Amino acid sequence: MRVGLFVTCLVDAMRPRIGFAAIELLEAADCEVIVPDRQTCCGQPGYNSGDRKSAQALALKFLDEFESFDYVVLPSGSCAGMIRVHYPDLFKDDPALLARFIALGSRTFELTDFLHNVAKLKKIPGNFKGKLTYHDSCSGLRELDVYQQPRALLACMPEVSLQEMGESTACCGFGGTFSVKYGELSTRMADNKCRHITDSHAGTVTGGDLGCLLNIEGRLRRNGDHTTRVLHIAQILADKEA
Amino acid sequence: MQNNSADFKRQVTIKLADVRLQEALSHLQTRFVEGRSAVIGEIHDLQKTRNAAAEIRDRVLNDLEHWLLYFEQQATKRGAIVHWAETGADVNRIVAEIAVGHGVRSAVKSKSMVSEECGLNEALERAGVEVMETDLGEYILQIAHEAPSHIVAPVVHKNKEEISDLFAKTHRLPRKTGIAELCREAREILRPAFLNADMGISGANFLIAETGSTLIVTNEGNGRLVTTLPRVHVAITGIEKVVPTLEDASTLLRLLPRSATGQSITNYVSVLTGTKDKNDHEGPEHFHIILLDNGRSRLLGGEMQDMLRCIRCGACMNHCPVYQNIGGHAYGWVYPGPMGSILTPLLGGMENAPDLPNASTLCGACAVVCPVKIPLPDLLRKLREKQMQLGMKSRQETLLLRAWAWLALHPGIYGMTTGIAVRLMRLLGGEKKLLHSLPGARGWSGGRDFPAPQGMTFRELYRQGKRL
Repeated sequence: MRVGLFVTCLVDAMRPRIGFAAIELLEAADCEVIVPDRQTCCGQPGYNSGDRKSAQALALKFLDEFESFDYVVLPSGSCAGMIRVHYPDLFKDDPALLARFIALGSRTFELTDFLHNVAKLKKIPGNFKGKLTYHDSCSGLRELDVYQQPRALLACMPEVSLQEMGESTACCGFGGTFSVKYGELSTRMADNKCRHITDSHAGTVTGGDLGCLLNIEGRLRRNGDHTTRVLHIAQILADKEA
Repeated sequence: MQNNSADFKRQVTIKLADVRLQEALSHLQTRFVEGRSAVIGEIHDLQKTRNAAAEIRDRVLNDLEHWLLYFEQQATKRGAIVHWAETGADVNRIVAEIAVGHGVRSAVKSKSMVSEECGLNEALERAGVEVMETDLGEYILQIAHEAPSHIVAPVVHKNKEEISDLFAKTHRLPRKTGIAELCREAREILRPAFLNADMGISGANFLIAETGSTLIVTNEGNGRLVTTLPRVHVAITGIEKVVPTLEDASTLLRLLPRSATGQSITNYVSVLTGTKDKNDHEGPEHFHIILLDNGRSRLLGGEMQDMLRCIRCGACMNHCPVYQNIGGHAYGWVYPGPMGSILTPLLGGMENAPDLPNASTLCGACAVVCPVKIPLPDLLRKLREKQMQLGMKSRQETLLLRAWAWLALHPGIYGMTTGIAVRLMRLLGGEKKLLHSLPGARGWSGGRDFPAPQGMTFRELYRQGKRL
């Protein structure tokens, strides 16, 4: 099957390694991976800030670049949620486009959801050894029901021991522009998350959304924690940790 | 009640630093989140029940005029008098007129958030009527001269020690420390007030159209005393609270207490119908029902109508990570949390609450627990769109959003710009690979060190055939 990979703007700029990890995982699941070269941003920052027009323009760009694939996969629950749940909302008054966006959405998946439920990947290429704890990012969890998928994939890795943190489904306080506009409040929410991570004694935290992970890592480091490792789930599964 | 929502940002700073408040808020999780979770599973077909509840509310809202008039007809038939109030000031005027008409000198009141919207207590006192709150939480706030910080647990921001001090000071009695002792003391103060009051004022959780009844759920029994002992009963609620039948109300009652306080049912569910009959032993001689609009009817038929489904359970705020960290007062008006962040700008004016629609990560925890399935994050986002249309966004934010969208629509220039930015960030990150300050995003870097990027973008690397 031909899979179009949208790496997301954050991974493109901040952690290219996650994009390559996603490619490796999709190839391990026997997919033909195509990475459209003109991809940029899914439009979520504008959409969540009330700029519907720019979100519509970027949704149309996305449709143009990704409509031809059997599946579209993203290493991010919030961007996948944008495409599956919110693109149709942006075009609810245009029946022709709406139908195309709904069809696109039904073929679009968050990475772990795709690997577990669609590609049914059992043999995980990564060989991470040791304890880790998983943070459930909000959009993936509540818009796409991504909860059990990453855990099921991790359970296929014999050397991995998942140590659940308290309140793993609580928001980490990122929320895109929220973290800039309400920095103090966002930092307090990140603190609560960091406390649960530390209390899990896992030493490594992973999750499916880079925005949350950068937020968590940023707070851990500011608080003087330079040892807890913060890795995207794709890095764990594909053995691209460094 | 005065609207101080515009002061939100400053209040957040104050509330985050308030040690006593933070301690009090830490109990929300066990009391309300775990409380709800322990009993919500008793409803075997929860999703179906939520759908049914939302459908009942929608059915009413899609034809609100009909249901309200039907309610009025049925209530009138049973001896009640229905009053229509467009604003909070109208409610205050009507209640004062009723008080004067019946020679009322003192009133006892059970909990009503709608009366908080109106600032009723102050208005009645100006009219020479002595008012006493009888819900324990509301009573505490009345003597402390504070506003509620939660719609179900109004005094959740206070701890027991504060209340002990307050009682000792106000009642001039030896300081008590046990909860039972404090409750007994309050009961002894309240009991004569119930017996002496000429008027009882209550809210209404639902209005039952088919019987013309008001329905209240309470836990302390004060609601029953307020609505049956005094010779005049005035019920005040919003126009959206009507439901067609008792059967419909019972569907909603399966969800309301479980969502609100983690109770399968409240200690009291009172259905108040008509005035005292000559054969009745109890009940008011006069029953007035005041229905407040205060901006609600403006929402009918529009894209915010779903908000009127709200049955005021408070689950959205109990589960909101923002509310959990700042409490209700920071929101500045009657309704806090996610539902308040939508209602406050809608009822009190967008311009008076510029922060509230934005002060959410849109994490969705509220929508998952809402018993009537209000899409709260979607409504918050719609308010952000409205702010954009009204030109309420700062120039800087609008410019940044436009610039980002323009760049993202031009992949070539986007690639060059991000390429330069990540190299610069890599350099600034230094040996530790951390950026202590992010220009343009200091809110972010105020409490966090940004982990520096690797230095080349994914697209560059991929195009060059490199693989990390």
